[in-house]
Amino acid sequence: MTETVLESRPDINANLSADAIRQQDMPTEEMLVNMGPQHPATHGVLRIVLRTDGEMVLEAVPHIGYLHRCAEKIGESLAPFQFIPYTDRMDYLAGMNNNLAYALTIEKLTGLEVSKRAQYIRVLFAELNRIASHLVMFGTYGLDMGAFTPFLYAFREREWILDMFESTCGARLTYSYITIGGVTDDLPDGFLDRCAEFCDYFEPKIDEYNDLLSFNHIFVKRTANVGIVSAEDAIRWGLTGPCLRASGVRWDLRKVQPDTSYEEFEFDIPIGEGLKGTVGDSWDRYFVRMQEMKQSVRIIRQAIAKLRDTLGDVLNKKGKLVKLPEDDVYYEIENPRGQLGFYVQGNGSQVPARVKARGPSFCNLSITNHVCRNCLLADIPAIVGSIDVVLGEVDR
Amino acid sequence: MSSIFVPWTARPSEVLSGFRTKATRWLLGLGAVLMALGVVLFIAFRLYSSEVITDWRVAVAYLGVLGPIATGGAFFLGGLAIIFFRQIVVILQTRWVAFLIFCGAVVGTCLLVWGYSWLSYYMRTAFVKFEGIVPADDIYDTIQSHCPVAFVAYLLWPLQFVVVRDLIAMGGLVGFAATVAAFGIWWERKVAGRIQSRLGPMRVGGWHGWAQSPADGIKLVLKEDFVPAHGDAVLFRLAPYLAFVPTIAAFMALPFAGAAWVFRDLDVALIFILAVLGLDVLGVLCAGLASNNKYSTYGGLREACQMVSYEIPMSMSLLVPIMMAGTLKLSAIADQQGAGFSSWFVFANPCCFIAFFMYYSAALASCKRAPFDLPEAESELVAGFLTEYSGLRWGLFFLGEYAAMFVVSGLAVILFLGGWKSPFPASWAPTGTGFFDHLIRGLFFDGPILFVLKSMFLFYVQLWIRWTLPRVRIDQVLYACVQVLLPTAMVVLLANTFWVLGVQQLQVPWMVSLDTVLHTILVVIGYVFVITIIGIVAYGFVNRTRLVGRLAVKHLPGA
Amino acid sequence: MTPEEIANILKGKFGDKIVGVNFQTVHPHVWVAADAWHDVAMFLRHDSRLRFDLLRCISSVDMLEAKEMVAVYDLISCDGVPGSRELWKSRHGMCVKIKVSRDKPHIRSVADIWPTADWHEREAYDLMGIVFDGHPDSVEDAEGRHPRRILCPDDWAGHALRKDYIFPMEYHGIPAVTEYEQTRPTH
Repeated sequence: MTETVLESRPDINANLSADAIRQQDMPTEEMLVNMGPQHPATHGVLRIVLRTDGEMVLEAVPHIGYLHRCAEKIGESLAPFQFIPYTDRMDYLAGMNNNLAYALTIEKLTGLEVSKRAQYIRVLFAELNRIASHLVMFGTYGLDMGAFTPFLYAFREREWILDMFESTCGARLTYSYITIGGVTDDLPDGFLDRCAEFCDYFEPKIDEYNDLLSFNHIFVKRTANVGIVSAEDAIRWGLTGPCLRASGVRWDLRKVQPDTSYEEFEFDIPIGEGLKGTVGDSWDRYFVRMQEMKQSVRIIRQAIAKLRDTLGDVLNKKGKLVKLPEDDVYYEIENPRGQLGFYVQGNGSQVPARVKARGPSFCNLSITNHVCRNCLLADIPAIVGSIDVVLGEVDR
Repeated sequence: MSSIFVPWTARPSEVLSGFRTKATRWLLGLGAVLMALGVVLFIAFRLYSSEVITDWRVAVAYLGVLGPIATGGAFFLGGLAIIFFRQIVVILQTRWVAFLIFCGAVVGTCLLVWGYSWLSYYMRTAFVKFEGIVPADDIYDTIQSHCPVAFVAYLLWPLQFVVVRDLIAMGGLVGFAATVAAFGIWWERKVAGRIQSRLGPMRVGGWHGWAQSPADGIKLVLKEDFVPAHGDAVLFRLAPYLAFVPTIAAFMALPFAGAAWVFRDLDVALIFILAVLGLDVLGVLCAGLASNNKYSTYGGLREACQMVSYEIPMSMSLLVPIMMAGTLKLSAIADQQGAGFSSWFVFANPCCFIAFFMYYSAALASCKRAPFDLPEAESELVAGFLTEYSGLRWGLFFLGEYAAMFVVSGLAVILFLGGWKSPFPASWAPTGTGFFDHLIRGLFFDGPILFVLKSMFLFYVQLWIRWTLPRVRIDQVLYACVQVLLPTAMVVLLANTFWVLGVQQLQVPWMVSLDTVLHTILVVIGYVFVITIIGIVAYGFVNRTRLVGRLAVKHLPGA
Repeated sequence: MTPEEIANILKGKFGDKIVGVNFQTVHPHVWVAADAWHDVAMFLRHDSRLRFDLLRCISSVDMLEAKEMVAVYDLISCDGVPGSRELWKSRHGMCVKIKVSRDKPHIRSVADIWPTADWHEREAYDLMGIVFDGHPDSVEDAEGRHPRRILCPDDWAGHALRKDYIFPMEYHGIPAVTEYEQTRPTH
């Protein structure tokens, strides 16, 4: 309540807290609303229990675990190359990146060498998958906000990418293509031309989508100044990826800790600048992803050029037979959603003693309660959608 | 539900042919029997004879002859259709047949409506000289010169009563409203598909899925009808009708082409329509509160709040053309815009121009449509007041919504866009009495086709907006209403008052010249807009195989 | 700063609470005693030379033969100015391991220092059984005061990632289906 209102209402004791004042003036009942495990927004089986006072949300507690599939337990009984398909299914929208994370972890633990061509191919596919994953976020976020059309445009572009993936490894969603020691198979004929064609087709589309959705007045009003996360809060709460960058932190593991030859590529790291509202609001988290797609196209073009010049083997055959030393390693890479980390402890045999996956969405989602205080009921989809969680890697 | 079977689902063919044989036998038999009964009664009561014409034979003519022959014929044809259904399907799937049938149905309906309106006019005027109820033989005497068949006199007898004519006209209105809704639903899905780079319905019925709406209607009727256990049963059942009936009632005062094309040419037609459309809110409220579901209540209350709030700027912006026209009678308002494109009220002065867009936005919100559909399509969080509705009850809500979309579009067309008047000046209309003169006048100058086309264009814009824009949050919706639209409406109204005073009444010279300048600018804007639209459509049509998505239509079934 | 320098700073401040170091590995780490962990964590977070502000991951490991459980904390320090054109860099990264006995696995919670530890500790408790004392989202029940479970239902019995975990054959009347009557996956 503002000061002026209190001045005109001598019957309200102004010394109380805001909640208590509200109770005095107009006692309202709190309601528990369950944004249940099944709901039409496509984030997965996430349950958020909201404690609301009319329109205002007092508390938003996420309950997870509906998609827990014991991947870590399974990792303790499979050799690394057998575990690669399980990593696909964690963040099912970014399968290539998940495979890459686990492969790099095991390669770091065992000191395995990967050929240059395989590294470039890995970069190419990781970036293509980044575009595909950000397209899903773009589409579903628009859908959450009520714009039905961008969803279909996003999936139309994804068809290109998934067709390319299918021609390479046979799968459209769970690839298991990037494996220990390289990639399972070389690129098919004509792939690089098709990829270049896709880049030429897709780059102007990002501007089109910005015109359609990003700068749309209604969309901006729904998402700007909603769910603001400061830079300090973001780091303290363990946010990584676009969520962290939207709060103004120009931190990207591809630059901080370049692996798989990312240091040979030129690209920028976009951050949230509060163009439409405050730095770190939902619009920033959304727009950072749109800008990242542009940078990914840049990387892909460079990768295509490098791949035309680099030939060689793409798979280190030792990858299948590798024995894990009695050591442990923790390695993270930059996924579309944040930093996916694997902690692997080996015990001398082929099968690890412990595999732990640190899903970026797991850490990103934990900030929900902190951010959703005192927002409106209709802001919850805006906030949760902008964090872009995939329950597969939250629950593993 | 278990007693209703759908024969084309997976059942063994001997069971199916058993049903089929039984059905054909019953239909053919019953049909033949009824038709024979009709013929027998026709001969028995000598309804063919022109010497003995009495009033009680009217009942026989309808109940004993016309009824049985019509229903018997229908049954008989149904039986024949089942026997020859394979051949019929082959014919229907031939390339243009379904579409031609559809167009034929449209044209036939138009001819039927035209014929009935002529008949109604005839019945009103030809028998004025008689006092009280006109007996059947007097009717026969009057029509004898045109049509010597005695049976026709029996058929015309009930039409002399206003009640009967009104009932038939209302049936036509309800049919039109339902058709608009059914067509609108199909069209929305096609438009949505095209905007989303896909095709929309393509299979149901053959050509571009034109039968999708009737098929959906049949499906909805066949669904299980349940009422929430602890909800308010009466209000729950009442709510769809409260949402649907007022919209149909609004059609009663909506003129399609002048005083002859409206059910009742009310002097206060506009107020009547606005008042009746306001009753829609009750339906939403009842639906929300009777569902015993806190999400429905949430959605229903917000929805009602939004609908009611937006009626104020809607009505206020409609006052602007009223002031220009000086009357509330919708047919008279449109008549004043007959001098062609530049005489349409939307171009008359900037206040009207702004009022048009304000009215259109407020109407979108009042129809709970397009960017203001948060309570209805709030699938993000709660499901809105429609949660517990399924089947035909749900269908009725949507029928009401699409009919309301047409009504508000129609109002906008009449008040701002010249109603049924053509963009060409009325002086260009042929004045002769030949068939082609009548035809051209009816099609382009006096008839309802332009009204329907213009309304459908505004309807299309509503669909377009829905599939382009995201949803507005409820507090932003109400902010826009109370803090943006309402003050603007008041300012526009005030400005228009001064305009009417200065230009029309007092004819202050500088205001008149300023008005001419502004009017010309607005008309030029209007022409530019029309040319742009036509240009975009033409470009899209010419380049349709080359544009984004590269949809290859030809290989899909039903194309 | 290299891991050796960080370990020296820690040893200088905490002495024998740093019970071991290991730098001959791909994952250099220090071992910290469980009872001093909260103070060490505060120091790691706030000391001007160290400033480990991003807790990347808390992994829990079950060492069945040694009758111990290990909690592995991976930390990294981010260096940069919010909103600037310069890329943020990493000053240094470090891993801290804490060994606790399997019978009484209690570690002080660091969720007040790094709020991201909130969910990580709940998961470590849920799947491994390490009890984090002082966790902000604790519940009290027959097993004492422990963080609320996160992935498994609140009334789940047992900790799934332990090496000796026996999978329950029934939960609230829902039977478990296994092949060949296994109770744990074997290859």
